[in-house]
Amino acid sequence: MALPATAEQVQACVKACYEHGAPWVARGSGSGLSGGAMPVEDGVVIAVSRMRRILDIDLPNQRVVVEPGVTNIAVSEAVGPGHFYPPDPSSQIVCSIGGNVAENSGGAHCFKYGFTTNYVTGLEVVLPDGQMVSLGGKGVDTPGLDLVGAFVGSEGTLGVATKITLRVVPSPEAVRTLVAFFDSTYEAGEVVSAMVSEGIVPGAIEMMDNLSIRAAEGATNAGYPQDAGAALVIELDGSEHECEARFDAVVSMCEDGGSWQVRVAQDEEERALIWKTRKAAFAAMGRIAPNYYVQDSVIPRTRMAAVLRRIEELGEEYDLQVANVFHAGDGNLHPLVCYDGSVEGEPERAEELAGMIVKACVDEGGSITGEHGVGVDKKRYMPSMFGEDDLATFQRLRCAFDPDGLANPGKVMPTPRLCGEVPGPYRKHPLEEAGIAERM
Amino acid sequence: MKRQLQHQHQLAPGDADEFAAALRDAAQAGKTVRFVGGGTKVLWGGQRDADAEADAVEISTLGLNEIREHNVGDLTAVLDAGVRLADAQAAFGAEGQMLALDPPDDGATIGGMIATADSGPLRHRYGSVRDLVVGMTVALSDGTIAKSGGKVIKNVAGYDLAKLFAGAYGTLGAILQVAVRLHPLAPATVTAVGRGEDPRAVAAAASALSHARLELECLDIRWEDGTGAVLARSGGAAAAEAAEHVSELLAAEGLEASVEDEDGALWDAQRDAQRSEDGIVVRVSGLQDQTALLLEQARELDARVVGRAAFGLSWVTVTEPGYAERVREALSPSPCAVLDGRGDLDAWGPRDPGALALAERVRERFDPAGVCAPGLI
Repeated sequence: MALPATAEQVQACVKACYEHGAPWVARGSGSGLSGGAMPVEDGVVIAVSRMRRILDIDLPNQRVVVEPGVTNIAVSEAVGPGHFYPPDPSSQIVCSIGGNVAENSGGAHCFKYGFTTNYVTGLEVVLPDGQMVSLGGKGVDTPGLDLVGAFVGSEGTLGVATKITLRVVPSPEAVRTLVAFFDSTYEAGEVVSAMVSEGIVPGAIEMMDNLSIRAAEGATNAGYPQDAGAALVIELDGSEHECEARFDAVVSMCEDGGSWQVRVAQDEEERALIWKTRKAAFAAMGRIAPNYYVQDSVIPRTRMAAVLRRIEELGEEYDLQVANVFHAGDGNLHPLVCYDGSVEGEPERAEELAGMIVKACVDEGGSITGEHGVGVDKKRYMPSMFGEDDLATFQRLRCAFDPDGLANPGKVMPTPRLCGEVPGPYRKHPLEEAGIAERM
Repeated sequence: MKRQLQHQHQLAPGDADEFAAALRDAAQAGKTVRFVGGGTKVLWGGQRDADAEADAVEISTLGLNEIREHNVGDLTAVLDAGVRLADAQAAFGAEGQMLALDPPDDGATIGGMIATADSGPLRHRYGSVRDLVVGMTVALSDGTIAKSGGKVIKNVAGYDLAKLFAGAYGTLGAILQVAVRLHPLAPATVTAVGRGEDPRAVAAAASALSHARLELECLDIRWEDGTGAVLARSGGAAAAEAAEHVSELLAAEGLEASVEDEDGALWDAQRDAQRSEDGIVVRVSGLQDQTALLLEQARELDARVVGRAAFGLSWVTVTEPGYAERVREALSPSPCAVLDGRGDLDAWGPRDPGALALAERVRERFDPAGVCAPGLI
């Protein structure tokens, strides 16, 4: 385990690994949910948690340059209140920007604002051979291949970022938040679709089902009705004029769509409570069951009702409770499969059920992961989205950065792969030359 | 007037499999390949060797021209690379939606726009091709057809190859099909314009707006014939009120402010100025705090400038190659690209050797024999 304090020390660690052929894993705060930062056998962990300096706050150019161990929230704090850094994973008070870059982290506000990849303009990276390169910068559209874009979300398999340049944007002038309660997630889902097709793009649209409401209520005592089938959190932000013009329409849509209680946050305290209750949902699951298994699948938003129904059926079939908390705007579900790890066979059943949920989402044209990453947790599902040629093409990128496969091996790809030498130009085989055989 | 490159061999495959086979066959025959869509940007990118160019095989994407899916409720679409941008926009527009990419369009295809990472004023709010392409299918020079991403707007499974191919000028392989995120058309737009003759005042006003708590559709600068302007487009339910407010801010910065309800022509002119019939267009990947310097240069060189104020991304049209070099020197180290091969200038200018070497390693893995669009980036 190495705890470098500077980019040069990171480089020294990686070089040492390269010279000894030792695999290594870069680690931020370790808050990831796909096992991407799990150590590998006989490998070195390079934890960047001591690298917490904000190196440059360049507000005239709306850029912040940070070391990878800086927490997500610290970026917004450094440029607030006038500016903020939009990607906001629920773990933002502890998770690191380095980890966010590795996972291309999202958050509740990414339906409107986008993901980590939309905010990284430059990177300093130590490559697996110990070489340090500078990619991109403070500007955009830097000539050449978009290696920054390729690196963000590569889950630590292409190298380790030691310096990250982020774009920050002006904070919205106004924010209006409400939580609306419905009898069912289907009704709430219809409201989401209606809103989006009206051209309304809320800062965030989050949904919780009955089980999640009950769990979260136990944690925060927000006074949410325990019999509600769904709670829809809607946050509009932007200019004062635009927020005002849209907010009443959104309230009416909720009411027309069957909501029997709409609570509008009257002040920052009430808004904070709504968000605390939403963000507490994962941790509060302990009140429902001793263990849970979280999924991160994505579906086209219009398939939401069908997929939620399927999840319900699967829960009954496997005799396990499944709570649903999700980013309704972008169709990113977080089904939480509840189980008791001390009951024989139950963990396996939970995992199998979780796998069936992933399959149901992919079958509807979705993805196995929206923001948590593949890591070790979901690599077995990769073949459900990608064929052999697709995976082999991913590997070409990997091999360009890390021909020896030392950076975070065993993650992302479903089966271990090696990099061959770069083949030279195509040459005809003598049998082809002679016209005896031809390539298919 | 479109300038054309002449290639001896021209192919226009009718589907993805034929396309990949044509590419593989050309590679096996030891040829190099150029990918062409609408042919509107064929001269962009690095210098070409005339003989090699004549012997290259040109493969057109125009045979791949279907809009495969328009998922109205999901605000996504799947398109072949050869679909013309205007045709795609017409289809999306019929449902009140758009692909929020608006480069100058004289028949460009989706594939060409993405391969060159071209963009227009909507970038201010919606991002560039790299931000709006959510999935991509590509063909490699060994005939492999591979996909990455998906067709949902949020997805982190696998490497983001779409970003790598966006702006790669076809040097890694061909883009065959893409999945994109769409946005609702803004119901009404109104533009506030502030004009002035002092480059510093124009730059200061642009910076003030880019730092203000506004949610603008577009925020551009312009300089032409000794006059500068800041253009700020508001959209949505309260566009008119927003534009009035912006106009007050522009006036407070000392510019002559006005509000334009009919703003279409203003923005067409911004887009058009990213190209030139006879000038040399330099695309500056600069910084916001270089805007004043850029506009001062423009005044001195009698150049025209349009740009995205909040990104420091500008297109400068100069009349002479020497002027392009002066823009480069003045804005160094910000990269300044000469896109259309005019004036016998180095297209990309000085670049970071480490990043360049890594990019070459990536290119070698995707196209080991150097078949695809060699030399362009």
